[in-house]
Amino acid sequence: MTTLHAPVRPGFEPAFGHRARLPPVRPQADPDTDAHRGASPESPAVRVEGLTKRFGRTSRPVWSDVSFSVPTGQRVAIIGGNGTGKSTLLRCCLRLIEPDAGDIHLHGQKLDGRCARTLRHLRSEVGFVFQKHNLVPRLSVLSNVLHGSMARTRGPRQWLQSLARSEDRDYAMYCLEQVRLGHLAERRADHLSGGQSQRVAVARALMQRPRAIFADEPVASLDPQAGEEVMETFADLARNHGLTLVFVSHHLEHALTYAERVLGLRDGRLDLDAPTGRETLGSLRSLYD
Amino acid sequence: MTDLDNPAQDGMPARFRPPHPLSALLFALFLGFFLWSLSSAGISIGELIEGLPNMARIGAEMVPPATDRLEPMLRSVLVTFQMAVVGTVIGLILSLPLAVLAARNHTPHPVVRAAVRGLISFVRTVPDLAWALFFVASVGLGPFAGTLTLIVDTVGFCGRFFAEAIEEVDRGPPEAMNAIGAGPLDVIVCATLPMALPSLINTGLFALEKAVRSSVVLGLVGAGGIGAELATSMEMFRYDQAATIVLMIFVLVMAVETLSSHLRAKLIGGRG
Ligand SMILES: Nc1ncnc2c1ncn2[C@@H]1O[C@H](COP(=O)(O)OP(=O)(O)O)[C@@H](O)[C@H]1O
Ligand SMILES: [Mg+2]
Repeated sequence: MTTLHAPVRPGFEPAFGHRARLPPVRPQADPDTDAHRGASPESPAVRVEGLTKRFGRTSRPVWSDVSFSVPTGQRVAIIGGNGTGKSTLLRCCLRLIEPDAGDIHLHGQKLDGRCARTLRHLRSEVGFVFQKHNLVPRLSVLSNVLHGSMARTRGPRQWLQSLARSEDRDYAMYCLEQVRLGHLAERRADHLSGGQSQRVAVARALMQRPRAIFADEPVASLDPQAGEEVMETFADLARNHGLTLVFVSHHLEHALTYAERVLGLRDGRLDLDAPTGRETLGSLRSLYD
Repeated sequence: MTDLDNPAQDGMPARFRPPHPLSALLFALFLGFFLWSLSSAGISIGELIEGLPNMARIGAEMVPPATDRLEPMLRSVLVTFQMAVVGTVIGLILSLPLAVLAARNHTPHPVVRAAVRGLISFVRTVPDLAWALFFVASVGLGPFAGTLTLIVDTVGFCGRFFAEAIEEVDRGPPEAMNAIGAGPLDVIVCATLPMALPSLINTGLFALEKAVRSSVVLGLVGAGGIGAELATSMEMFRYDQAATIVLMIFVLVMAVETLSSHLRAKLIGGRG
C-alpha cells in the first residue's frame, strides 16, 4: 500500500481540504487582462494563415500555404505519413521552429517572433507535450512539474521544488495527482517508466494552467495500455476544463476516438480538414496512400 | 568448372597496396625532419654514459630521505594543496558563465561566442609557467601569484570543456522549457546545467588533479608552495631532502587522484 503524500517541509501538514480549494486547471479567463490585449472570448485558440516552412534555402518546402483555425475547446488530431511535417507544423505554431512565411495567432493575439516577451507569454498559455517526454533527468518529478509554473512566475523560486512557494508546490502536487502519480513526487525523473514520464510531462503542462494543449505523438513510445491512459487523461482534461487540444497521432483510432476534427497533411499541403463524425477510418487511411 | 587448384584469383584483394605518392612524400619529409631534430635535441649517447655515475651518486644520496625539515615541508605541501583547491574553485566559478557564452546553443550572439572562445584559447595556449612568471612579476613572489596562475589555467581548461559539455546536451528538455515560456537563464539553470552536470563534475575533478600537479611546478619559479622547497634543496645539493619532497608530492598527487576518482564514481552515479 502506498500512501499518497506530498514531500512537504517539516511542520507543514498536507491538508486535502486545502488542496480541494485549489483553482481548476484553467481559471476563468480574466476579462481585465485578456481584454486589454485585444482578445475576445470568441477568438480561436489557434489561427494560422499561409504558413510555409522549408529547411535549407533550396529544398522544397515541408509544406506550404497551410491555413486553419481551431476554436477554443475543440479537440483536433493532425495526421499524415512519416515526414509529412506534422511535428514541424506543431512546433511552428509556437515558433519553436521559425516558419518561412505566414502568420500565427494564439488566443486572438499575433505570435510575433521578434518580441521575446509576447512570445514567452503566448507560449506560456499552451502546454506542449513532446513525443519524447523531455523531462530534465536528475531532477525530481516534483521539480519537473514545478517548472511548468514558469509560465506565470519567473525566478529562482521556480527552479527547484525545494525553493518553491508552498502554493506552487501544492499546485504541482495537485497536477501530479491529476495524472495519478502523486506517490512518485520525490523520485528522480530518469527513474520512471516511459508511460509515467509522459504523464509527468502532462502534469508539467497542466502546471502552466494552459488554455490549450499541443501534443506531438504523445503516446508513440508507449505500450498500447499506457498510451490509452495518456490519451484518456488528455481527453478528460480537455472535456472537464474546456481546454483546446491539438495532437499529432499515427493512430487513426485515437484520432477518431479523441478528436472532433482531423487535419491531414500530404504532399506538402493540408490535404484534409474534416470533422471526425463524417470521416470513416477508410478515408483517413487513403491519406497514407 | 571452377578451378579448385587456383581459386578466386580475380576477387582476391592484394596483400599490399603501394602507398599514395603524396603520403609517401609526406612520410619521407617527416622522417627527414625527425632525423634533423634528433641532433637539435642534443641527444648524445656519450654524455648519457658520462652522466650515469652522477645519476648513481645523486640516487645514492637520496636514500635515506631526510627527516630534518619535515614540518616546514608538510606546511608547504599543505599550502600547495590549498592553492590548488582555491585556484580550481574560483576558476570553475569563472569558467561556467564563460562556457555558457561560448556554447553554440546558449550564446547571445555568434560574435560573443567567437570572442569568448578566442579568449579561452589564448588563456589555454599560454603555458602555465609563463602565466606564473607574469604574475610573480606583477604581484610578487608567493602563493598569491601561484593561485592566480591556477585560476587562469583552470579557466582555459574548463572553459573549453564546459562549453563542449553544454553543446552536447540533448536539445529536448531545453526546448520543452522554451515551450513553457521560460527565459534564457531559466533554461540554462533548469535544463542545460542539470543535464551537463556529470560532464561538468568530471571536468572539474580533472581540473583539480591538473592544478595539484602544476602547483608543484609553480613553486620552482617562486609562485609559492612545495616547489620552492624542492628548488632550494636541489640548489643546496641536499638530495636527501629533495627525495623527501618528491615522496610527499607523490603521496599528495596519488591521494588527490584517488579521492577524485572516488568522488567521480559517487557524484556522477548519485542523486542530483
Ligand atoms: N531540423 C531539421 N532540419 C532539416 N530538416 C528537418 C528538420 N526537422 C525536420 N526536417 C525534415 O522535415 C520533414 C518533416 O519532418 P517532421 O515534421 O518531423 O515530420 P513528421 O513529424 O510528420 O514525421 C522531414 O523530411 C524531416 O527530414
Ligand atoms: Mg513527428
